[in-house]
Amino acid sequence: MLAVELQGIWKRFPGVIANSNINLKVEQGSVHAIVGENGAGKSTLMKILYGMQRADEGTISVNGKIVEFDSPSDSIEVGIGMVHQHFMLADNFTVLENVVLGSEPTKAGSIDFAAAKSRISEISDSYGLEIDADALVGDLGVGDRQRVEILKVLYRGARILILDEPTAVLVPHEVDELFEALRGLKSEGITVIFISHKLDEVLQIADEITVIRRGTTVATLNQKTQTVTAEQLAELMVGSELPTPETRGSTVTDKVVLLVSDLTSINSDGKAEISDLSFKIHAGEILGIAGVEGNGQSELVEAIMGTRAATGSIWINDQDASKLGTRKRRELGVAYIPEDRSRLALLLDAPLWENRILGHQTQAPNAKGIRLTPKLTKIDTKRIIQEFDVRTPGIDVLASALSGGNQQKFIVGREMSGNPILLIASHPTRGVDVGAQAAIWDELRAAREKGLAVLLISADLDELIGMSDSIKVILRGKFVADADPATVTPQQLGNAMTGALKAAN
Amino acid sequence: MFKRIDTLIAPLVAVAFSVLFGSIILLVFGANPIETFIRMIEYASTPRSMTLILNSATTYYFSAVAVAIGFKMNLFNIGVNGQYRLATAVAALVAGYITFPGYLGIVVIIAISMLVGAAWAGIAAWLKVARGVSEVISTIMLNFIAIGLIAYLMAPTVLGVKTAENVIGTPIIPAGNRFPGVSLPTAPIPVYGMIFLAVALGFGYWYLLNRTRFGFDLRAVGMSPTAAVASGVNVKRMTVYAMLLSGAVAGLVGLPLLLGAQYTFTVNFPGNYGFTGIAIALLGRNHPVGIAFGALLWAFLDVSAQILDLTGVPREIIVIMQGVIVLSVVIAYEVTRRVKVRRQQAAVGSAGQ
Repeated sequence: MLAVELQGIWKRFPGVIANSNINLKVEQGSVHAIVGENGAGKSTLMKILYGMQRADEGTISVNGKIVEFDSPSDSIEVGIGMVHQHFMLADNFTVLENVVLGSEPTKAGSIDFAAAKSRISEISDSYGLEIDADALVGDLGVGDRQRVEILKVLYRGARILILDEPTAVLVPHEVDELFEALRGLKSEGITVIFISHKLDEVLQIADEITVIRRGTTVATLNQKTQTVTAEQLAELMVGSELPTPETRGSTVTDKVVLLVSDLTSINSDGKAEISDLSFKIHAGEILGIAGVEGNGQSELVEAIMGTRAATGSIWINDQDASKLGTRKRRELGVAYIPEDRSRLALLLDAPLWENRILGHQTQAPNAKGIRLTPKLTKIDTKRIIQEFDVRTPGIDVLASALSGGNQQKFIVGREMSGNPILLIASHPTRGVDVGAQAAIWDELRAAREKGLAVLLISADLDELIGMSDSIKVILRGKFVADADPATVTPQQLGNAMTGALKAAN
Repeated sequence: MFKRIDTLIAPLVAVAFSVLFGSIILLVFGANPIETFIRMIEYASTPRSMTLILNSATTYYFSAVAVAIGFKMNLFNIGVNGQYRLATAVAALVAGYITFPGYLGIVVIIAISMLVGAAWAGIAAWLKVARGVSEVISTIMLNFIAIGLIAYLMAPTVLGVKTAENVIGTPIIPAGNRFPGVSLPTAPIPVYGMIFLAVALGFGYWYLLNRTRFGFDLRAVGMSPTAAVASGVNVKRMTVYAMLLSGAVAGLVGLPLLLGAQYTFTVNFPGNYGFTGIAIALLGRNHPVGIAFGALLWAFLDVSAQILDLTGVPREIIVIMQGVIVLSVVIAYEVTRRVKVRRQQAAVGSAGQ
């Protein structure tokens, strides 16, 4: 019995074909993974299946019946539920209140919480979600919140769940818990459609895997009947071999490029976002910072860049930079790849070549004295586009028109221009496809060999372990452990990040 | 080539829509729209009217550029009225009481005006960066304080004098310190000489924004304050600079009239050019050339409105049209911007295939 069948789905946007001839068969009571690079058309496909967009051609069948969706409410009606990557929960509500929000059961005009609560415990118990209906969502961890989201769609009667990149926000042991929950759902006959680009996870959980490349389904592999490997999937995804984030040999030198001592930053509530952080990075060294998001990584980066008030000292290349403004620090040779590129690294409404100037307003080739030199800037922008394979019709298009991966390649290209001595990189490959990821890793490796010092913050533990010369684990604004990338496993790092273990090795 | 058409299409659509809308209103009032518009154009084509249009446009241009400098940084300087009134009053007092030698006097008067305008706007800038007061609130409040301050300065017991028409104002500025005008052939009155300063200002404004680091920083803050901070811009400092600059240009608004026609600042000095400037800055999309067209169009409508009374059509219809033009320009630009973004995304998409 097929839970979902898509036949010949086409979706065109002006000038772009997002989906072409998509064919997908999802067995009832199975976990079906959909993998593909960023921009391969996964999201569009899921939006079509969830009723957020209409396909131009093709048919959707649910449980053997052809359906047409005008809006998500139509898809919810036939039992399809979506768990978004970003949770949509109110922190100051309990689980119970969050779950009933929007479909409150009423009895004599008031909300019948008792009925709702018993249904929630019933669902939670039968699928093994282990959720306490009275817990305040604000007190829950990321993994728990995700299960609340799942509970929410089950409560609304969903029998087919779409999970959009569910593991992106989880640390390894939370991923295991999620998979445990998914197996529970499966055994109760729930169908799970699982979107991801993390191949090892897909291999762990999925019964069947469909690969999407350039908007079309290229293959469906069944793990029950054949052995599927990550390499095989990656080749199907990109048509080439899987890149790995590895650096060869140590290039660490004696020269200290960044020396941070007792860095502390107190926020307006009097809470220390980071406290007493001390470390140094040498020329040719990549220092990785591992941690669950929100444990002070962003604040550390902002303090080093001078956009957040902090005490303690920061020396860059033997110069005391503690009192310098952001611009002066950048002029010392600091390159910066921020975590939120559209908010911090781009002027979305400005053409690409003007974005070449951003962050380098005082430096060649953008300025001579107080004057800008647009001609030189434009030439250099063309160079970046070529060298870093930024897919764009030209340098006059607005930055907002580029896809995320291309924006990031452009930012990396810009920041690596002008021979920086120190690179502060927050999640440099987040949200970019495998090809761009490999290109960015290559660039980091090459720069490291030339003596660049790098502070690397990443949620991708493979990336951290593969790229770093040393790793520090941050928890609640403090370094809690050091790890040797040569020996540490993602599992150990994950434990240290959540404070489960005091040291990673 | 397409880029040119793109930038022209929005204002053309907006003006066409306003003409259409104006025609409907005229029909409601029982007037023949085509006849009325022909009358207006005929009336505006006389040398006298053309001079008046250029003169009004000069004043509007200064005001709109002052507003546009703020707009480029998402600062809303509603205080141009107060800034130019106070600046003109102080400049007129200085020029009325002290006689400077020749052209030096003009330079001094212009400098004083700009300084006073900048200082008055600077109060709002300081309040914003040091106290977090929205400039919208503070500049509008400062307008009222400026009116009170001027009234005090103009009191006969303080510095004011009675002018020939029995109005209270400043002593007449001596002939040597007036800004010489240029006359159109057969026109009874001269065009303000300060029109050339307006042209120079327009060029300077363009250069500053597009060819200097300072201008880039300013625009960066306007487009994305967060990205500007991360790029090393000191946003507070830029806020102060932009407000001072805006105020300094606002200080010029009253000078064409003061130095080119009235030679005295009276309590009846026109006081609303600042709001007209906001409308024209919107109309011209903060672009120096766009503002110039906007100022000319606005001035044309102002001047040609005078003929309407003679034809029995209420001249307020022009005010309605001016409002409709601003609204439709804002809408038309937003629509064309969205079309442009979508087209570019499509182009990027096909480049990636």
